[in-house]
Amino acid sequence: MQTKIQFVRDFFCYALKGDSRYYTWLGILGILVIPWAYGSYEQLITNGLIVAGFTDQISWAMYEGNFIFLVGVAAAAVTVVFPYYVYSSPQDRRGTVKSLKNVVLIGEMLAITAVTMVMLFIIYHMGRPDRLWHIIPGIGIFNFPNSMLTWDVLVLNIYLVLNIACGFYNMYKRYTGEPMNENFYKTLVYIAIPWALSIHTVTAFLINTMPPRPMWFHSMMPIKFISTAFAGGSAIIIVALLVYRKYTKLEIPDKAINFISQITVWCLGIALFLIMSEIVTELYPSTEHSFQIKYSLFGMFGLSKLVPWMWASLIILIVSFILLMIPSVRKNYTVLPVICVILFIGIWIEKGMALVIPGMVPSPIGEFSEYTPTWIEIFITAGNWAIGLIMFTILSKGAVGVMIGEVRHPSAVGKAVEHH
Amino acid sequence: MSEEIKETGKEDASGNETRRNFLKDMGTAALAGAAALMTDSDDAEAKSTWAEWFQKNWRLMTDEEKKDAIARLETRYSEEYGKKVTVDGSPAMKSVLFGYALNIQKCIGCRRCVYACVKENNQSRHDTEIQWIRVIRMEKQNFLPDDMNKGYPPSAKEPFGIQVGGNAHKPAGVTLEGQHYYQPELVPEKDAFYFPIQCMQCEKPPCVKVCPVRTTYRDPDGIVVIDYNWCIGCRMCMAACPYWARRFNWGDPNLPKEEMNPNTHYLGNRPRMRGVVEKCTFCIQRSRKGRYTACVEVCPVGARKFGNLFDPNSEVRQILERKKVFRLKAELNTYPKFFYFID
Repeated sequence: MQTKIQFVRDFFCYALKGDSRYYTWLGILGILVIPWAYGSYEQLITNGLIVAGFTDQISWAMYEGNFIFLVGVAAAAVTVVFPYYVYSSPQDRRGTVKSLKNVVLIGEMLAITAVTMVMLFIIYHMGRPDRLWHIIPGIGIFNFPNSMLTWDVLVLNIYLVLNIACGFYNMYKRYTGEPMNENFYKTLVYIAIPWALSIHTVTAFLINTMPPRPMWFHSMMPIKFISTAFAGGSAIIIVALLVYRKYTKLEIPDKAINFISQITVWCLGIALFLIMSEIVTELYPSTEHSFQIKYSLFGMFGLSKLVPWMWASLIILIVSFILLMIPSVRKNYTVLPVICVILFIGIWIEKGMALVIPGMVPSPIGEFSEYTPTWIEIFITAGNWAIGLIMFTILSKGAVGVMIGEVRHPSAVGKAVEHH
Repeated sequence: MSEEIKETGKEDASGNETRRNFLKDMGTAALAGAAALMTDSDDAEAKSTWAEWFQKNWRLMTDEEKKDAIARLETRYSEEYGKKVTVDGSPAMKSVLFGYALNIQKCIGCRRCVYACVKENNQSRHDTEIQWIRVIRMEKQNFLPDDMNKGYPPSAKEPFGIQVGGNAHKPAGVTLEGQHYYQPELVPEKDAFYFPIQCMQCEKPPCVKVCPVRTTYRDPDGIVVIDYNWCIGCRMCMAACPYWARRFNWGDPNLPKEEMNPNTHYLGNRPRMRGVVEKCTFCIQRSRKGRYTACVEVCPVGARKFGNLFDPNSEVRQILERKKVFRLKAELNTYPKFFYFID
């Protein structure tokens, strides 16, 4: 027990120490938390959701878009975990997959952060967060299996636990220098892999099982969710890896980066294909059900606030796909992170603004209206992101410390097995 | 919005009152309750919100608990609105299944039903204004001989012929092309007919299925009800409802004391709180006492009919047997108990 407490202390002591650039980064994020606190006070304590830009017509918007996007980011950890554990076979002669060794933990830290952010956005989505206990099985009522939301609650919480268990067990064993219990660890990992797919599948089911929202109501939603999520999530993993490679002693071979950027291209390609199929299927017959996609792509009845967002995301996705297909661009580590960040933003628009809002416009009775986020909503959203980034920075820095051996139990230094 | 709340806060001058307003401003019942406990306060409101916060879902309460919950609400509402408020908790009557029929041929679009409903059911009057009934104005439109040769491709001289006729996109008879913001001097207008919508009280309600905490459910008499004290405000039901029947209390509802209807039902028109969903309940406080709903009573042309679907002599049953009826969006298999008909 003492060792465990010491591990947690050492982990966070290391993670919170850094040079001036590190503190500047955390400081910038910290500044964003100030308007967040104001917004939270206004929304959660004083006035309620009325301070946000929702209406009865568009009752889901910014928070829900971020929630859906972040579920995807959480699921995307599997893009590095899956190949490492499933394909690390004798066929891997060139050691491509083995090179992912140090990447897996970063992926898991990303998953933990993203699921936490998902929960944060859900709190802000709820009209009565004080009644959250109503959904806890046992003391509240959990409408399982009827309500898709209960499935989502279940898979997300279990995914969070799985990732904390996998990640911290791995790090703790590295910390103490004890050998891992492979059976236990591998079992966890093999459960976590399909579980990552399940969280995004269920989140897609959450919204695609609603016939009154034709833009969501199609069976392609889960696979489209997963492919865009894997493209965006792996893109942000690449950025994190390049940053850590540059500023710490963590060794990440080029092979690992190249392997992940290939995953990004493939997933992005599949995503674009699915987006194209969706647009053609909706626009060719052009029934009443195509209004939602028409509204978001071209605007209808003079309402066109979403049009620039939609096209921006489409152009970002297509251009990054073309660029990333070129090996020399993909292997240029100055250009790659830039494309990855822009792609991440493009997918954020595609999954947030361009997916959630048009599902609400027109409303089921055919009413067109537009949504404008309020400043408070923007403050809260930015603050949630800042909190998430702070969390990811700290967790992954600690993980890097464990990986490069700077966070180690004193007795473990130079020893394979720990003695109490 | 925030200004308004501050203004209401200023009304009370004494120190005790200010403290209560501070507590009220804290908003979440938990905080208010915790504060009351900590200060050992006898503030009735804080105590009752504290108790309300811990109460169970209405359906799962014992008779004793229901009685307590009602007593708490009656005290709180009576104090808040300055009149004797009753909260009814009566369950569904035996062998009654409520059904509704609306004659779209007769409806003149006067919206008396909308306002009678607001008055009866204690909806928020402003910021945000909540109305459970909306009347959609459906346009009648003429087809024009001038448009015969228009269309797509643009000219009739094209060898391919016209593929989309010039008289396409005329909204006449097209569902969901109407709008509910019409403001004419007089109704009915010549070039329109009217299509009121409200909660359809589906037998297979999608809103009930998606609710994660079962705060909304179908009672035996067929009314889909909401326990406002159990709702977590996730708005899944609003997204799932094909009829756009559900409304959300985005802020604290604004219900003037003098306009408050003191005859309320726990599952119906009792004053709601911020952050919960509400909708038409077939005036549960009236219908469970054998009365007509407010909208039926007020309709000047008798377009609205309400009754027991099990009673062969009820108007609704007579209409189902003799008239041509349809249900809105029948293809979704929600089986509304709200029927439209024509003479």
